[in-house]
Amino acid sequence: IVAEIEKKITEAFEVFDRESNNTVDVREIGFIVRSLGCFPNEAEVQELLEQVNMEVEEPGGFIPLEQFLPVMTKVLLERRFWPIPEDVILHAFEALDENKCGYITKEDLVKHLTEE
Amino acid sequence: AFKAAVLIQQWYRRYVARLEMRRRCTWRIFQSIEYACEQDQIKLHNFFSYLMDQFTPSSSKERDFISRMFVSGESYKEAELEKCCDYESIEVPDSYTGPRLSFPLLPDHATALLEAFKQKQQLHARYVLNLLHETRKHLKQLPNISHVSTCYSEEVTVCGDLHGQLDDLFLIFYKNGLPSPSKSYVFNGDFVDRGKQSLEILVILFSFLLIYPKEVHLNRGNHEDHMVNLRYGFTKEVMQKYKVHGKKILRMFQNVFCWLPLATLIDQKVLIIHGGISDTTDLNVLEKIQRDKFISVLRMKKRKESSRKPEIQTVNGESKSDSEAAGNEAAPRFSLQPQSAQAPSTANRLEFSRWLRQTVQEQIDTCRRMVDISESEPEELTYSSMVSLKDVDEPCWTRQEEWKQVLDILWSDPMPQEGCRENKVRGGGCYFGPDVTEKFLEKYSLQFLIRSHECKQEGYEFCHNRKVLTIFSASNYYEIGSNRGAYVKLGPDLIPHFVQYQANKTAHMLTMTQRQGIPVALISRVEESAFRALREKLFAHTSALISAFKAYDGDNTGRITLSNWATAVESVLRLGLPWRMLRPQLVRSTEDGMLEYKSWLDDLAMEQRSQEHIQSSLLEVIYRNRSNLETIFRIIDRDHSGLISFEEFQQTWKLFSSHMNIELTDDGINDLVRSIDFNKDGNIDFNEFLEAFRLVKQCP
Repeated sequence: IVAEIEKKITEAFEVFDRESNNTVDVREIGFIVRSLGCFPNEAEVQELLEQVNMEVEEPGGFIPLEQFLPVMTKVLLERRFWPIPEDVILHAFEALDENKCGYITKEDLVKHLTEE
Repeated sequence: AFKAAVLIQQWYRRYVARLEMRRRCTWRIFQSIEYACEQDQIKLHNFFSYLMDQFTPSSSKERDFISRMFVSGESYKEAELEKCCDYESIEVPDSYTGPRLSFPLLPDHATALLEAFKQKQQLHARYVLNLLHETRKHLKQLPNISHVSTCYSEEVTVCGDLHGQLDDLFLIFYKNGLPSPSKSYVFNGDFVDRGKQSLEILVILFSFLLIYPKEVHLNRGNHEDHMVNLRYGFTKEVMQKYKVHGKKILRMFQNVFCWLPLATLIDQKVLIIHGGISDTTDLNVLEKIQRDKFISVLRMKKRKESSRKPEIQTVNGESKSDSEAAGNEAAPRFSLQPQSAQAPSTANRLEFSRWLRQTVQEQIDTCRRMVDISESEPEELTYSSMVSLKDVDEPCWTRQEEWKQVLDILWSDPMPQEGCRENKVRGGGCYFGPDVTEKFLEKYSLQFLIRSHECKQEGYEFCHNRKVLTIFSASNYYEIGSNRGAYVKLGPDLIPHFVQYQANKTAHMLTMTQRQGIPVALISRVEESAFRALREKLFAHTSALISAFKAYDGDNTGRITLSNWATAVESVLRLGLPWRMLRPQLVRSTEDGMLEYKSWLDDLAMEQRSQEHIQSSLLEVIYRNRSNLETIFRIIDRDHSGLISFEEFQQTWKLFSSHMNIELTDDGINDLVRSIDFNKDGNIDFNEFLEAFRLVKQCP
């Protein structure tokens, strides 16, 4: 099982590995994690990056596969950031829909998402 | 409420990430299939080498047949060319409403051509040939490396691969203006193949070349090569558009292509070549070679390799009294021209080796003369001395060296790692690293390189620390919406300014919104296309896949794990794709992580609509090798008539199947043919044959 997970992670990693040198731009880590089926929010992605960067001497632009792999494998094994079930998302939308009309306008959504 | 917002954001981010992943996977699929296709080309050439090396013609007919395969594409002497591609005798009927050209060409002619092509008109064959003659005359005077200076016209515009996509050329002219005394252009090769309007592009480019010779510059690309054209569509396009004169036109093009300059230098600071460089690229050598000797850069190597074998035979004293030599029907088509680009056919081995020794001897003599070595070498050439010809004298550039110089320029690709290694994916040229670039630029005091040859999503891309710029001008190359095209403008400061575009309105609109979010419609459509191509490839390898799957299914349950599925598929197709990521799109139904592979393959087969009465394995082989088959057929059909005789067809099939290890009896071949309506006086319209298996569609 672990081997399979590692293969999956490696594949996803390679898709974003522009220079084929087993490193990936740090800004794309979010993409990779999410395309592996996880739903972290931004703060959680940052946490993840910190964990990955712990071993690296100069944390910075590029994340090497060797660093990323063990951390990500744990994430998948522990089922962290697991997908949000649909009904929960539905509730989330309903919570924002003050007028209960079944939809929210773009402006409202933007307003809510950009408020701290 | 805040929590709700965060949740939505999470969900949305994940959605975007999935889309981005899909987009990249799609891109990877297209690229790997494209390069695998080029790899097929290598296989085809291996096939030819195999023929040369292994196949012993058992009858004069077969020998004739093979020799014909190789003599297709001879270099034409000046007078011959003029005679057989004469245009003056071609009458243009009054009913012809297209543009009429007269030489010397004027700007009005160019505008007329542009307008005519926009209206989908066709230029009359007479004018095409006339244009090609004039173009050839002009190109012959040009040096191998064109020189451009930004002090004459303020800006130079450099365009990359166009690949027969006329709409992109129109878009470039629309956005940037037509070539003129104040607007210089450099077109960096690959004008033809794949797209359907290669001919029109060439006519336009050649016209502007003649009208504004100081401002318009063309570089040769790896597709300006008739061997490549046979496979990738240009040959077909010309024959379809010019049914009567197509042959002549193709011959002229073949000749004109090898007169195209190899490189362009701007202000002595920026070098523009189609492919790239290698660690042995030498501009001084490139400047001096006779570029028209390289009719097809792909064929040189083969000839060199194959020329060794017969040589050994002679040396070993086996004077093979070729019993059929005397009564040889085919006149041995060889000529003892010292600088001939053609090896004679192997129809007559004795003659062949005689010619070979002569040529090689001449080369050695030339070298000796250059270094003044006394003639103490033995007269008979041995195998080892042939090999060490390269080591003989540094300044003595053998044909092999020159050929490599040209090949590297036209076929190489940059790579992120340092060093320089063989480009096995394409089968020619090499992969060159940033250190090679650095050394090269330093050696010739250059600032950077501009090259094309590789499709880039944004139409251009820098690498090697901004020292190498790839510029690609064919938008939507793989599929509508797959990529933008671009051109680059350089002023006296030599700072590149880019203009991007996409030649399809809907795709253009979608690209704009790509900046804000990723439109699903666009991705889905391109993705569909990619997966269709991928499923086809999978189907073509059915037998190999079944064997691979069975290896993981020891208990013969008919099922394997998805993990093993991925490994097996990669081992068969070797495309380097992320199969686990792609699996959901390729495999519909799974049960607890296991796949019933037989039914999955059956589903794939159903999609491909096979013919029932032909064995499916045969169909598979044909399918997988259809591009190769088509190319071979086209070579056999020397007069491009679209017909080959039944015997030729049988011969081709025999050779092909023996090479591919297919068991097929004569009856089998007959059945195959009978299932297709052929009978045109004992000739086979092979387009019909290929069409019957839906093989006419080209490789993506």
